Amino acid sequence: MDLDLSPGEAAFRDEVRAWLAAALPARIRDKVRAQKRLTKADHEAWHALLAGRGWLCLHWPRALGGAGFTPVQKHIFEAEMVAADAPRIVPFGPNMLGPVLIEFGTAAQKAHCLPRILSGADWWCQGYSEPGAGSDLASLATRAVREGDHYIVNGQKTWTTLGHHANAMFALVRTDPAAPKPQQGISFLLIDMASPGVEVRPIVTLDGEHEVNEVWLTDVRVPVENLVGRENDGWTVAKYLLGFERTGLAGTAFSRQGFEHLKRIARIEQADGRPLAEDPAFSLRMAEVEIDLMAMDVFNLRMVSAANAGEAIGPEASLIKIKGTELRQRITDLLRRAVGPYAMPFVPEAFDEGYNDAPIGPGHAAPLARQYFNMRKLSIYGGSNEIQKNIVAKTMLGL
Amino acid sequence: MEFTLSEERRMLAETAARYLRERYPLELRHANAARAEGFSPAQWREMAELGLVAALLPPEAGGLGGAGADIALVFEHLGRALVVEPFLATGVLGATPLWRLGGPEAGALLESAAAGATLLALAHGEPEGRYAPAHVATTAREGAAGWRLAGRKAVVLNGDAAARLVVSARVSGALTDEDGLALFLVEAGAPGLTRRGYGTVEGGRAAEITLEDCPAAPLGAPGTAFPVIEEVLARACLALSAEVLGLAETAKGITLEHMRTRKQFGRPIGQFQALQHRMVEMVLEIEQLRSAVMLAAARLGAPRRERERAVSAAKNLAGRVGRLVAEECIQIHGGIGMTWEHALPHYAKRLVMIDHLFGDSDHHLARFRDLGMAG
Ligand SMILES: Cc1cc2nc3c(=O)[nH]c(=O)nc-3n(C[C@H](O)[C@H](O)[C@H](O)COP(=O)(O)OP(=O)(O)OC[C@H]3O[C@@H](n4cnc5c(N)ncnc54)[C@H](O)[C@@H]3O)c2cc1C
Repeated sequence: MDLDLSPGEAAFRDEVRAWLAAALPARIRDKVRAQKRLTKADHEAWHALLAGRGWLCLHWPRALGGAGFTPVQKHIFEAEMVAADAPRIVPFGPNMLGPVLIEFGTAAQKAHCLPRILSGADWWCQGYSEPGAGSDLASLATRAVREGDHYIVNGQKTWTTLGHHANAMFALVRTDPAAPKPQQGISFLLIDMASPGVEVRPIVTLDGEHEVNEVWLTDVRVPVENLVGRENDGWTVAKYLLGFERTGLAGTAFSRQGFEHLKRIARIEQADGRPLAEDPAFSLRMAEVEIDLMAMDVFNLRMVSAANAGEAIGPEASLIKIKGTELRQRITDLLRRAVGPYAMPFVPEAFDEGYNDAPIGPGHAAPLARQYFNMRKLSIYGGSNEIQKNIVAKTMLGL
Repeated sequence: MEFTLSEERRMLAETAARYLRERYPLELRHANAARAEGFSPAQWREMAELGLVAALLPPEAGGLGGAGADIALVFEHLGRALVVEPFLATGVLGATPLWRLGGPEAGALLESAAAGATLLALAHGEPEGRYAPAHVATTAREGAAGWRLAGRKAVVLNGDAAARLVVSARVSGALTDEDGLALFLVEAGAPGLTRRGYGTVEGGRAAEITLEDCPAAPLGAPGTAFPVIEEVLARACLALSAEVLGLAETAKGITLEHMRTRKQFGRPIGQFQALQHRMVEMVLEIEQLRSAVMLAAARLGAPRRERERAVSAAKNLAGRVGRLVAEECIQIHGGIGMTWEHALPHYAKRLVMIDHLFGDSDHHLARFRDLGMAG
């Protein structure tokens, strides 16, 4: 057993690190570092740079314009991205729809959609959840009725992340309400957001931000050639995609970075005449988190390495998701607590580019409470942590 | 032993509950919080007329109550309705020093404060002070023209709108000495006073304050104010712990309702035992907090060490229980618990952010331990 990178892996890491240092625009890096709001244009600019290097679509084979990374390379790459304060890749096209089309898409779908994901011509969003269908996704009610060579779609999607930037949505819709099991009557459709009858309404989250949306669909006409996989077999497609979604959710690189940030802040913040990092209670909390983080890192590497060897990752993905998200949340909790009373001030304008007023209190304090509340989402989405526990209990433990 | 409310307090509770139920819906609370002052002066005055501010002060300070049980009762109700009006800043933080230290203006100011006419605030914490109660770098010097203050004060609750500020300053001693502290009254328009107001995460208001050669009137004999500061903080911590109790009760109620009505997998999510047990955990912890708040309320008039231990116990539990309830209630709600439109997350934010005022759960844990060992 060797927990260190092989010479080849280390060389790859150095290559990625050097490229990021040279290619990531300082303006964007500084925004990410200060947790300022990224605009659609910021994301697009960064995607274009990654695509230019061939590193936007990590899962895809090289022949299709992807990076063709092994799971280990992908892991290294993602850690370097976080460490460099690069914006995360907006996952819906590159990490979600891309792999789905490569597996299930028609030749025409691949030829049309994949290059447009790479070029940034399309911004995809994920239309799965509905007001009545969250954890119980298979109960979704958005209806698609075949009429000639179109589906007529009616219903409502919700929690659509960055749907206000998107021009296209991949959605799960019900095509056979009479199917014996709810999972059996579902299809996977590609919907042009510019179609008549698509309406996007913002949802403001508890931190005052606009990140998610409701998408209302009224008599939206979708050409039948936009069906991915077979009609009524969308659940198979969705489950395949979920596998890709869940591996990214451990977020150990974010935890590591958050922890390093916590150490920096705890050295600056003073408590009873000494740095907070030396406070008896707080330093032990930090130590405990670091132990969990070290173990989590290795857990993640075990999974990455198994995937590298071609093994299928089963319910372990659920374990990783639960532990990884809990850890990230604990770190944001400590970050908020670290700054004491200066977690209180809330100046939303301060997160826009070009805001230059002096911060209230130490500059590092401003985003921390907001981040803590925003990160509550980690244990809710991507399959809530309770649902992950149900999966583990059932499939891993046979209970 | 007596756990039932006196007749006066029962009436006070009913008055508060009725007003808040009938006149303080959450939409109005949000509208009040969004005003420049961060609250509604009209509603503040109405609530004062009902005696809810006077209840925080004893008769000798122009009030109608002032005991720990009164503070706990009022703040639990304020918490239930997520009230943003400046009860803490005026009725507890600002009024207590005036009551304890007097001074020529104190009587009139307290009367006007209790009537909802004059807004007070306490400028005590400093940028580097975190939660240390005696950390005061602001200086006070007496010159020919009277006392002058110089220094900076941090996160002064309602400090932007207050008409009078009670300001702590040092006349002698080192940065964190308990000896050598003094409290002063500063007018909102005083020369040399600069205030930078801002909103807070949970919808309140606060200010950063700079004092440069700022004229001020001493409250009591300069140099001996620490015991009063400690008492002010004790009353504030009791108030906030009781507020957490009220907030937690409402958050629990909202979440229970959600568990009964939200259906997934063909049944209300409240039927999943995984969630039931977590709700029961919350109920257990809220009961622990209720008991700790009662104890702190009962000990508010006790000798210092007894009082401080009970108050730190309550504030420590309030921090822990507040965070637990906030996090669990959001989680049990799922996505809807993350939205501005829903009531729950606003309760959750206040539940969490109270831990950042006058000592978090770690601070009060250490303080509780230290007070125990000393005795
Ligand atoms: C910020 C954010 C972004 C999102 N982005 C997207 C997106 O882009 N596209 C998209 O389609 N969706 C998105 N989602 C939706 C997300 O996938 C759902 O929120 C999630 O599936 C949970 O569903 P729900 O919110 O309806 O909660 P519910 O399913 O109502 O769950 C409520 C609570 O009940 C628990 N629960 C439910 N069933 C069980 C059970 N059987 N046993 C025990 N506990 C149970 C849950 O764990 C949760 O605690 C996003 C959500 C958030 C918060």
